[in-house]
Amino acid sequence: MMLALEFPSVPHLTIWPTIFGEDWWAVNKVVLMFWAAAIIVIGFFILASKRGLVPTGVQNLGEMAVEFIENGIIRQTMGADGLSFAPFLLTLFTFILTLNVVGLLPGVQMPANARIALPMFMAVVVWLVYVSVGVVKQGPFGYLKSILLPPGVPLLIRPLVALIEFISVLFVRPFALMVRLFANLLAGHLILVSFAVLSAALWESTKIFAIAPMALLVALTGFELLVAFLQAYIFTILASVFIGEAMHPHH
Amino acid sequence: MLYAVISFLNVLAEQDPGELVKGLTAIGRGIAYGGAAIGPGIGIGIVVGNAITAMARQPEAAGQVQTTMFLGIAFTEALALFGFVLAFIVSG
Repeated sequence: MMLALEFPSVPHLTIWPTIFGEDWWAVNKVVLMFWAAAIIVIGFFILASKRGLVPTGVQNLGEMAVEFIENGIIRQTMGADGLSFAPFLLTLFTFILTLNVVGLLPGVQMPANARIALPMFMAVVVWLVYVSVGVVKQGPFGYLKSILLPPGVPLLIRPLVALIEFISVLFVRPFALMVRLFANLLAGHLILVSFAVLSAALWESTKIFAIAPMALLVALTGFELLVAFLQAYIFTILASVFIGEAMHPHH
Repeated sequence: MLYAVISFLNVLAEQDPGELVKGLTAIGRGIAYGGAAIGPGIGIGIVVGNAITAMARQPEAAGQVQTTMFLGIAFTEALALFGFVLAFIVSG
């Protein structure tokens, strides 16, 4: 006799009912999470902008975030002349981090990046920024030339390298940014749901065997916290690397 | 032996086509993600292993090495995730 476990289907886990409205102005749980994360991030930075000379409290945390972006990301990948992009990258980092972490809180438990809309939008924005930076700094044809013809390529394979580089820089990079963030968050959500359903089913039938999935559920939630931070960091640092490559073409 | 194969194919052909498609889709999804996870698994192992060696040889460069390591992990892990997403969006 087989004991079958009813696992909810993937659309059931990621498509939420709308609260009011049905069209583009519809509001559901994911939209509420976007608004909540935006309010949290804006409120945090407004509170952190008191100009004390010795930072304490919220201002300290805000300055730690800015320093993390400036020293840990921008100076490592773009050099000091990319510091004007610090607000943009700081916004990306804190917004993604807040959304990911809020998606782990009990009661909410739905990462907003598990729907592809926001990763797609952010990837398109990063693409627009780095293409615009390249076009402004080197002119449209200069930028195209610096993408298609990296230095140090033997003459015979230059067409192949040009084709590969064109597709890679202009199409694969934003797509990969989007899919990396989306798939990491969706996979984490599905794993947590799997173990939660398993724990609930085992708790109902035999109470003692529910210990193992529950322990693993706790461990996986901790792992998802690490993934939340790591994905925000990787999105930001890849955006910084792409902008840096558009600003300084390979020497 | 041949009889077993033929009777298996008969049973297979008599199934409701919708069920057969669902079963084959499930197999296809498993193969898609399984095949997509091999390369990046080895690749990430190579990246992190070399990063550890670099950090051990020159501890003062550990910060820069760590940043580049995360970059390498992100690039290679994306390939595994493409396969994962494909396994979910394939309909049937």
